[in-house]
Amino acid sequence: MAEGQFRDGIVAGRLPSADYEQNFADLHPPLDRHEALVEADRCYFCYDAPCMQACPTQIDIPLFIRQIATGNPLGSAKTIFDQNILGGMCARVCPTETLCEEACVREAAEGKPVQIGRLQRYATDVAMEQGRQFYQRAAPTGKKIAIVGAGPAGLACAHGLAVHGHDVTIYEARPKPGGLNEYGIAAYKTPGGFAQAEVDYVTAIGGIDIEYGKALGRDIHLAELIANFDAVFLGMGLAGVNALRAEGEDAEGVENAVEFIATLRQASDLSSLPVGRRVVVIGGGMTAVDAAVQSKLLGAEEVTICYRRGPEHMNASEYEQDLAAANGVAIRHWLQPKRVVSEGGKVVAIELEYTALDGDRLKGTGEILRLPADQVFKAIGQSFEPSVLNGSGPSIALENGRIRIDAEGRTSLDKVWAGGDCVVDAREDLTVSAVAAGRDAAQSIHRSLTSNGRA
Amino acid sequence: MADIRNDFVGIKSPNPFWLASAPPTDKAYNVERAFKAGWGGVVWKTLGEEGPPIVNVNGPRYGAIWGADRRLLGLNNIELITDRDLQTNLREIKQIKRDWPDRAVVVSIMVPCEEAAWKAILPVVEETGADGIELNFGCPHGMSERGMGSAVGQVPEYIEMVARWCKQNTRMPVIVKLTPNITDIRYPARAAKKGGADAVSLINTVSSITSVDLDSFSPEPSIDGKGSHGGYCGPAVKPIALNMVAEIARDPETAGLPISGIGGVTTWRDAAEFMALGAGNVQVCTAAMTYGFKIVQEMIEGLKNWMDEKGHARLDDIVGRATPNVTDWQYLNLNYVTKARINQDLCIKCGRCHIACEDTSHQAITSTVNGVRHFEVIEAECVGCNLCVNVCPVEDCIDMVALAAGTLDQRTGRKVEPTYANWTTHPNNPMAPKVAAE
Repeated sequence: MAEGQFRDGIVAGRLPSADYEQNFADLHPPLDRHEALVEADRCYFCYDAPCMQACPTQIDIPLFIRQIATGNPLGSAKTIFDQNILGGMCARVCPTETLCEEACVREAAEGKPVQIGRLQRYATDVAMEQGRQFYQRAAPTGKKIAIVGAGPAGLACAHGLAVHGHDVTIYEARPKPGGLNEYGIAAYKTPGGFAQAEVDYVTAIGGIDIEYGKALGRDIHLAELIANFDAVFLGMGLAGVNALRAEGEDAEGVENAVEFIATLRQASDLSSLPVGRRVVVIGGGMTAVDAAVQSKLLGAEEVTICYRRGPEHMNASEYEQDLAAANGVAIRHWLQPKRVVSEGGKVVAIELEYTALDGDRLKGTGEILRLPADQVFKAIGQSFEPSVLNGSGPSIALENGRIRIDAEGRTSLDKVWAGGDCVVDAREDLTVSAVAAGRDAAQSIHRSLTSNGRA
Repeated sequence: MADIRNDFVGIKSPNPFWLASAPPTDKAYNVERAFKAGWGGVVWKTLGEEGPPIVNVNGPRYGAIWGADRRLLGLNNIELITDRDLQTNLREIKQIKRDWPDRAVVVSIMVPCEEAAWKAILPVVEETGADGIELNFGCPHGMSERGMGSAVGQVPEYIEMVARWCKQNTRMPVIVKLTPNITDIRYPARAAKKGGADAVSLINTVSSITSVDLDSFSPEPSIDGKGSHGGYCGPAVKPIALNMVAEIARDPETAGLPISGIGGVTTWRDAAEFMALGAGNVQVCTAAMTYGFKIVQEMIEGLKNWMDEKGHARLDDIVGRATPNVTDWQYLNLNYVTKARINQDLCIKCGRCHIACEDTSHQAITSTVNGVRHFEVIEAECVGCNLCVNVCPVEDCIDMVALAAGTLDQRTGRKVEPTYANWTTHPNNPMAPKVAAE
């Protein structure tokens, strides 16, 4: 019988056990002190720095880099946390190549931007390793705020409110906090239990209580929260996964990429995690890349990402596409799923139709490609499930299937704010954008509870 | 191919690159390696008078400052003159000169400021066959507390006196090494000349404390929690040295006095600059102590290459070429008007030119134009100061463009005059000759 990579079907233990640790090690190892000093020296300390403008949380990047360069990593960390209390995670998972580092003037000058993400990690690591807290809780105000979801938006909001002395209760559906930081990002981007460590660091300020296993619409209800708290922040993210809309997609072996990633992130022994020999991932975003690369790292022989448009349309950045390619993932474009082929209820192949643009419209060409596959991952986006809000009191206005908010994060309901992936927002669905939303909502809540900031 | 053979006060060497009197020239082993690597000459590390050997500290002798990637920018030392026995040094000097007759071997000397002391040492040095002597009047640390080194170099009368004793008591050419730790370098140089010295060499090291340890509050380098001012050298001191060389080269009283240029010479380019300002050759220490003796290969080939490119056949063709261009401020042409010009194709939009000009100078560079990030010189405000050029991280992105005669200077509203005019005749100068009243 074929061994390891060449065994058909979805099986565990494809690799020698030592390979797993190596494959899932830190994608970007931390800079040591000297490397950080040399890299920091590359920063030009630009006027009205373009990197800062490109950061969804507006971190004062030239200042924090200068603080690293002058041997003040703690001051640097404070500069970062002042704008982004989850600066440690953002340093690891931000697509910096499309944010700060794309805007870096050295990118324009020489195609080699200052490694802002890695510098940010250096400074925040120093502060977190020392357990250094920069913020003190104000005297308790007696105001109580409920937050739904302990993801980036909820945590940022909770911290901001705790600083002002408000009491925060976070309701989290899962058994662990962190949201997508804990369950939804490739393991090699945040190894070593960092997501949990960061939550501990953020909540160490006090005044933040997290209740686990409490899902909105099941265990708690919006109307109760509104009644029992002074304000509510909704940051529960997206629970739905878009369907392939391909015939036969209920076959065994067709799975949600987000669930695969969550399982992988929670696995204590990666060698026990089954993966197909031939894996096809449908989608073109970060989730598709994370699922594809990790399949490959688990020992899948062939991994193919199929996306219905061209490389320039992919949500995954160029860097992420290169990362996939470097890990041996094939990315094929202009293909949309038509039919999942199964034998005995199990996937054996997927048929995709070639596509082309007809003006602005994407059309199938009629030509079909058949790829053998024993596992197919759906990664064509997630959706908000409004049902959790329904039947629990006055309904919240939605827009394009997500919660509508104003510039401060207020929903259509009095006392209710929202942010992160569950809202319709000009901001991208990024960790850093969720942090910005939670942070800003906290200030808006504080103002409304204290007559414009005054207790 | 350019001929870079050097004749300095009659001392011949195959190239103008000498190792300065310092740790690299303390013994035959090092000097042998230096000559094998290609150095044109050495000034042997300073000999003292016969007697119990010099004692050095047993902790750090050097301190430094660095750039970001630990590039050594400045070095400081508290090492004293040779701590080896005089006879050993003399024996090795003799052997080296015998084995390397085409290289320059000059011996640095520092003995008490008494004629007898100099009379005693000069013959024994002469006996080695050395090509010349250099009088160490420069060391700012340790020996100066004992009335030698810079304690002599800071008193022109002593310089003159000792130089005269040496000239009277030896046939060897006498080079006086000058300390920069004085207010006007021309006075010691004039004294050396009056005393009959054949040449001066400069600069010796600059009194300095490199840094302070903020945990122990000890100056660096730290010896058991205490530090003493040491001699600073390396790339950081080069501009100071260049100016002092030029001051002596253009002083009417010392013009023509041969100069051996010292101070931060690290590349052929540094050497060429020293020589252009009037140095007949150069001496190197910190660069060798940082990178080893091999760097001389780059210096030799780089200098030749530049001379070939520019059509300079011999060193004499470059020595002193920049000296006439060093002048006093009062003679600078006030009708020379420049404006900064930013090359938009090269600009990477870092904004450093803007913020430097906006915060600290003349508010002459935009940050946005029509709402778009854009850096452009406002000619009506630009005084042509060159600060933007100096802070710009992109080479050649900002030029200082001289306005042609007849062009309107938008800042002053006046046309650029075609003639040279300086402060001495400027109407605002109260000392200027007055034009007769109407």
